[in-house]
Amino acid sequence: MKELIMIAVGSAIINNVVLSQFLGICPFLGVSKKTETASGMGGAVIFVITISSFVTALIYKFVLANEWLLSKGIDLTYLKTIVYILVIAALVQFVEMFLKKQIPALYESLGVYLPLITTNCAVLGVALTNVTKEYGILESVINGFATAVGFFIAIVLMAGIREKIEYNDIPKPFVGTASVLIAAALMSIAFMGFSGMSF
Amino acid sequence: MITGIIAAATVVGIVGILIGFFLGISGEKFKVEVDPKEEAVLGVLPGNNCGGCGYPGCSGLAKAIANGEAPVNQCPVGGEPVAKKIGGIMGVDAGSGAKMVACVICGGDCEKGKTNYEYTGVEDCVAAATAPAGGPKACKYGCLGFGSCVKVCPFDAIHIVFGIAKVDKEKCKACSKCIAVCPRNMIELVPYDSKYAVSCRSTEKGKAVMDNCSVGCIGCGICAKNCPKGAIMVENNIAHIDYEKCEGCGICAEKCPRKIIM
Repeated sequence: MKELIMIAVGSAIINNVVLSQFLGICPFLGVSKKTETASGMGGAVIFVITISSFVTALIYKFVLANEWLLSKGIDLTYLKTIVYILVIAALVQFVEMFLKKQIPALYESLGVYLPLITTNCAVLGVALTNVTKEYGILESVINGFATAVGFFIAIVLMAGIREKIEYNDIPKPFVGTASVLIAAALMSIAFMGFSGMSF
Repeated sequence: MITGIIAAATVVGIVGILIGFFLGISGEKFKVEVDPKEEAVLGVLPGNNCGGCGYPGCSGLAKAIANGEAPVNQCPVGGEPVAKKIGGIMGVDAGSGAKMVACVICGGDCEKGKTNYEYTGVEDCVAAATAPAGGPKACKYGCLGFGSCVKVCPFDAIHIVFGIAKVDKEKCKACSKCIAVCPRNMIELVPYDSKYAVSCRSTEKGKAVMDNCSVGCIGCGICAKNCPKGAIMVENNIAHIDYEKCEGCGICAEKCPRKIIM
C-alpha cells in the first residue's frame, strides 16, 4: 500500500509529466487558454491514460513478455513501442465510439478532446515508463492515473495563469506563445522544488 | 535470428488484424444513428461556429433544427438564403426574418463626449470599466472606445472611429458577440433597413446629459410629438424608436434640437 502511494505522489507531483518529463507539451500549450477547456482536456486525459495503462500492461504481460515465448528464447519486449502505438490509437477510437453510444453526456463533455489525445505522447510515455520501471498491472494503473492527475494539475494551473495575463500589457515580442513558454518554464522550476521530497 | 523476425512480424501482424476486426465490429455495433436531416442542415450552415445562434457551434444548431427545437431561420450569419435552404430540407416555409445588424447607441466621440480624466491603463473596455467612476468617460452610458467589441468581432465589422465604436452594416452578421462583451451594454440589434436611430441611451436628466456630452438625448420629447406615426416614445429621459411603426420619414431627425437622431 505504501509503495502504491509513493508511486502515485511521485508521478503526480515530483516527476510531473509535463513539468519534469516534458511529455504532452502540445495539449498543454494548445488547450490551456481557458480553465474550463483545460479541465475538460485534463479529465479526458485522466480517463484515457488510466484505461490505456491497464490495457498496455495486460498486453505486455500476456503478449510481449509471455512465458511461453520467453522459454523458446524469443524476446519480443523491444516491440513494445510499435504495439503500444497501435493499441493506444485503437483504444481511443473505441472509447470514443463507446461513449458516443452509451454515455452521450460524457461524450459531449469530453468529445472534442478525445481524438486529440490519440497523438498525446504522454499516453505512450506512461505506458513505456511502466515497462522500464517494471510495474505490475495494479501499479501500472495507479501510475497511469497519477501521471494523468499530474497533467491535469499542470494544465489547469497553466490555464489560470494564462487567464490572468491575458489583459496584461506584454511587450510585443512576448505576446502569445512566447510568454506562455516562459510561464511554463517558471512553473517547471517551481515544480523542481518537489524533487527534494523523499519518502 | 530468423525465428525472432518471424515471431515479431507475426505478433505485430496478429495484433494489428485483431485491432482492425475489433474496431470494425465495434464501429458497427456502436453506430449512432444520425438524422440525415441533421447532416443536410449542417452542410448548408456557414460552418464558422461563431455561436451567434446561441447554440454551441453549427452542429449544435443543426441538431436543434433537425429536432424541431429551433426555427429554420435561427442562423443570424446565413440570413435569408440559408434559412430558405434549411426550410427546403425541413419542409417548412422559411418566413422572412428581417435581417438585423448591431448598432452602437452612442455618438459621443472624442470631440463631443467629455472625459473626466486621462486613462492610461490597459487598452480594453472591460478593464477600463473597472477604473474609478466606471472609466474615463464623463457619461456613464457612453462608449469607452477601447475596442473590446473590435477584438471580439469575428467578421471585422466593428471599428473605433474617432473615439467611439462604429458598426459596418454590410459586414455585420448580428452574431451578438459585441453585445455580450460590451461592459456598458450599449450595443443593440436594429433592423438592417432602419434609416434612423437615437444615438444616445443616457437616462440621466437633461442638465446632467448636457454637462457630459454635446450629443446626448435630454428627453425633451419633441421627436415624439412630431412623429406622424407615433413611433417614438420618450421614457426615462431617453427617446426610443419603434422600428415596426417607423417609416423612415426623417421628421424626427429634422426636429431634434440636439441633432442626435441619425
